[in-house]
Amino acid sequence: MNVEQAREWIAAIAETVEAEAETLTRLDSAIGDGDHGANLKRGFAAVRVALDGFEAHTVGDVLTKTGATLISKVGGASGPLYGSAFRAMGKTLTSPDVTTEQLGDALDAGLAAIRKLGGAQPGDKTMVDAWLPAVAAFRRKGPQAAATAAEEAARATTDLQARKGRASYLGERSIGHQDPGATSTALIFRALA
Amino acid sequence: MKKFINDPGEVVAQALAGLAAAHPELRVDPDNQLVIRGDAPVRGKAGIVSGGGSGHEPLHGGFVGPGMLDAACAGEVFTSPVPDAILAATRAADGGAGVLHIVKNYTGDVLNFEMAAELAGDEGIAVETVLVDDDVAVRDSTWTAGRRGTGATLIVEKVTGALAEEGASLKDVAAIGRAVNERSGSFAVALTAATTPAAGRPGFDLPDDEMEVGVGIHGEPGRRRAKIAPAAEIARVMVDAILAAKPAQGRTIVLLNGLGGTPLLELYLLYGEVAALLAERDVEIARNLVGNYVTSLDMAGASLTICHADDEILRLWDAPVRTAGLRWGV
Repeated sequence: MNVEQAREWIAAIAETVEAEAETLTRLDSAIGDGDHGANLKRGFAAVRVALDGFEAHTVGDVLTKTGATLISKVGGASGPLYGSAFRAMGKTLTSPDVTTEQLGDALDAGLAAIRKLGGAQPGDKTMVDAWLPAVAAFRRKGPQAAATAAEEAARATTDLQARKGRASYLGERSIGHQDPGATSTALIFRALA
Repeated sequence: MKKFINDPGEVVAQALAGLAAAHPELRVDPDNQLVIRGDAPVRGKAGIVSGGGSGHEPLHGGFVGPGMLDAACAGEVFTSPVPDAILAATRAADGGAGVLHIVKNYTGDVLNFEMAAELAGDEGIAVETVLVDDDVAVRDSTWTAGRRGTGATLIVEKVTGALAEEGASLKDVAAIGRAVNERSGSFAVALTAATTPAAGRPGFDLPDDEMEVGVGIHGEPGRRRAKIAPAAEIARVMVDAILAAKPAQGRTIVLLNGLGGTPLLELYLLYGEVAALLAERDVEIARNLVGNYVTSLDMAGASLTICHADDEILRLWDAPVRTAGLRWGV
């Protein structure tokens, strides 16, 4: 991935988040407070503005700027979580052109940042459930496999009981609803494919 | 959805502009969506900052002023504010004696306030945090995000604000805030869901003959769905749940709070039931407050908060306060 491709990835995320905002909000209405789609849409719209004319020398510059903008524009839980993930990825990618292996390491760093900040374990019905298999699939078979793995994992959160975030208040009643965070994570990996 | 709005994306900014017009004694920072006490920062006084998603008015912007908050950050509707805004509020509140953050226990609020506290620390501003988690409807376990912060937030803000006004140290102000939280329990029941301007439709489906028992201030459920019951029975559920989690110890401050869509007629009716039940259980109501203070947009429903107060907490509760949403003794 080079700097231009990093910009394309972020632009693709912004596009898909905008297109799917209503779906994310509907999923969040079922088990959260119904702002996930609107918040991410607002955040990535701000990222587009921030990256426009921003001079990036490395792949990491693009991702770090993306993360910082998400933290300072989104709020809620998804702002700090995704923001920290992109910042953590950005910090590991310090050249204008990075290998697939380096990108895999960066995705791992992003996942670690989410887990550290949010404290979620696999199976808690959060974005971690999609990130984890996506990063593993990326390392084995590349971006297409990562996107598919994230989408399957996001769908599989339907059967889980939430133990983190606002959905945890529902207890058993959270079962039967797909997690909005895992769903937006799948969008991010689909945009990478 | 029928609401007095212009553009769903501009609701918070335009509401703050209106608050500024109605209360020239306050300062509003539109860029960061802050409400700031007109004379802030007050030299030598521990600053007090709170905030969270909008839609809970008068919490928090309505509680800015002498005797309560120095600054409040308004996030988007039901969305916690961002670290930059919290940092700006912290700077505005810092009179050299440090700043207390009053944070409701929601994942987003906790994360963003933590980040802001770190940033403030880097600038040399001492920050203490009181995490409010009074909602006894949520089982506090490693399997949930913990108890939510709801009605007790008002009591924490009032009492810490009064102590800070007297010139107490940041540590002491934080300590009394934690004590108030520890002594408080809340429980809420919803009859309808709230409609956020962005979503345009109610956040959850609640049939006409059902209520959500143990609801949070965004409509998140706590315990169960049930058939609608007479007010006396609902009052009993609330009182029992709170006293089971926080057994009575002498005198109390009781807040019977509307969630935004409930008429005072019903709130007073409910308060009468609560007062009778507490009298039966030999719990003394030393002070009370009935009205819409910690709301959830247009949600019909009510929350009950019981704070087992000591003399110091009652003294600070009675201290003068001059804000848009709470005003006495001045």
